Amino acid sequence: MILEIDGLVKQYKGITAVDSISFSIREGICFGLLGQNGAGKTTTVEMLEDIITPTSGTILFKGRERDRAFREKIGIQFQHTELLAFLTVDETLKTFSRFYKKPLPLAKIKQLCMLDTIGKQMNNKISGGQKQRLLLGLALLNDPDLLFLDEPSTGLDPQARQHMWQIIKDVKEQGKTVVLTTHYMEEAQTLCDEIIILDQGKIIAQGSPTELIDQYCREGQEPQNLETVFLNLTGRNLRE
Amino acid sequence: MNLKRMWAVFVARNYEYFRDRAAFGWNFLFPFLIVAGFAIVFSNDNQAQFKVGVFPLSSPETAIQDLELPQGFKETKYLDFVFFSDRDQGLDRLKHHKIDMLVENASPPWRYWISDASPKGYVAEKIFRESALPGDPLAKIMKKEKIHGTQIRYIDWLFPGILAMNMMFSALYGVGFVIVRYRKNGVLKRLKATPLTALEYLTAQMLSRVFLLLFTVGMVWIGCDLTFSFNTQGSLGDVAVVFAMGSIALVSIGLLVASRGTSEEFANGVINFISWPMMFLSEVWFSLEGAPEWVQSLAGFLPLTRMLSGVRRIINDGAGLADVMPDLLFLGVLSLGCLTLAATFFSWTE
Repeated sequence: MILEIDGLVKQYKGITAVDSISFSIREGICFGLLGQNGAGKTTTVEMLEDIITPTSGTILFKGRERDRAFREKIGIQFQHTELLAFLTVDETLKTFSRFYKKPLPLAKIKQLCMLDTIGKQMNNKISGGQKQRLLLGLALLNDPDLLFLDEPSTGLDPQARQHMWQIIKDVKEQGKTVVLTTHYMEEAQTLCDEIIILDQGKIIAQGSPTELIDQYCREGQEPQNLETVFLNLTGRNLRE
Repeated sequence: MNLKRMWAVFVARNYEYFRDRAAFGWNFLFPFLIVAGFAIVFSNDNQAQFKVGVFPLSSPETAIQDLELPQGFKETKYLDFVFFSDRDQGLDRLKHHKIDMLVENASPPWRYWISDASPKGYVAEKIFRESALPGDPLAKIMKKEKIHGTQIRYIDWLFPGILAMNMMFSALYGVGFVIVRYRKNGVLKRLKATPLTALEYLTAQMLSRVFLLLFTVGMVWIGCDLTFSFNTQGSLGDVAVVFAMGSIALVSIGLLVASRGTSEEFANGVINFISWPMMFLSEVWFSLEGAPEWVQSLAGFLPLTRMLSGVRRIINDGAGLADVMPDLLFLGVLSLGCLTLAATFFSWTE
């Protein structure tokens, strides 16, 4: 197991955002976290990333407590991130590559994330899709064993989304582990090997997409896909 | 501490500074404009200290020598004569403190008016009365002595203050405000996801800002010196050392302000709370000589005061680093304290 999570809790001023969840993530798979807005996905992922500290519970990386070297081995693409406005794409990649002991060649990252043509552009001049590709490039700079992607395809057009999916598939084929949160059920169904569905800070379902569809889609209910599973489990009403 | 990671942050921050044309230009232009403004205001032709209203005179072209006022008064330096067509007009200006004294342009006995609420009016009256005495009646009981050595012009005294004030604002806003903004928009969170440590980040930020401050001060100094020819008694190297220590102290305060929080408005308020007292109590614009003792004691604990005191002693009095060592030690201790607290309280995300 690359990550083992046991009894994870996060409370904010008496409100429990994540309520004693436990699960494990196998090495080399794409692991999906699904849930409505406010279900606790981002809080859970940020605890796994060591960005926020859990109120209680344990997280083991490759069987051991996480230490400073953990950051050399992970890559993160956050949901909301700004970059230094007056740096070019090339300079941003170069700056971040200097943070790591063994960064990948920048040319390789630029080619992989299709950043070749925008290297000289300032960060504040690139489009939303280009920014997402740059953020993915930054997450891949250190050739991470474990890649966290928090809603990576939000705001992307269909072509850019397909491209993003292909990159994730390529990363997985290299034996890397991907932890993905998304609101797009089609994305989860296409990319994820295993999924947990969170609701009000608790895990309400866990399994492969096929297992979840078999288990939670009622007989004769159409369409038989992850979206139906999600709606069956979390209801059709808006909560926000 | 990893130097490669610190260098990356240092370079990136410098790029940001030099490429933000508006902020970059303003950092250079602001002190130059203030010094230029004061140079014009305090040029030899325009150093009037008292405004004396004279009536009745309709023509603004009337020569001062043609006025029917005591000859000594007309020849007194630093008086600015303002003409009015009638007494009421002059009295109105006097009541509103737009002039310090009003005199009737007529044969003796001269009639004049001053506001009892005006300190400058009080002094102007003394000058007027003394100038009306025939001959030099005070010569037997008073003797004027000369000051030996180079006399310090006001602009030479003011110039270090303007530079120091500019450094203070640049250090506090350029670090404090910017880091809070980075925290708010997630830049710091992205950096936290890398092996970069808080201490490395803060140290790199500090070094970058100190480098930029000294670069800016150097450029402004050269520009102003070429224009106004400042008199510098001491070593420029010593001045640079004091400026460097002062900027480290000010940037450290900025880092402490920015150690927590995501509200730019709050950071702005805190920076104002810190910078305004420093601006008024650190003798940037005027001396605190004669101010209450507690005010002078309080000012002695402000980094801007200590930096400015050291720089002025070197520039105006020719002091060396050994002479300003207490100021340097104070700035060093303050920097160490603020940096330690900033590193302790620093949060990437909250």
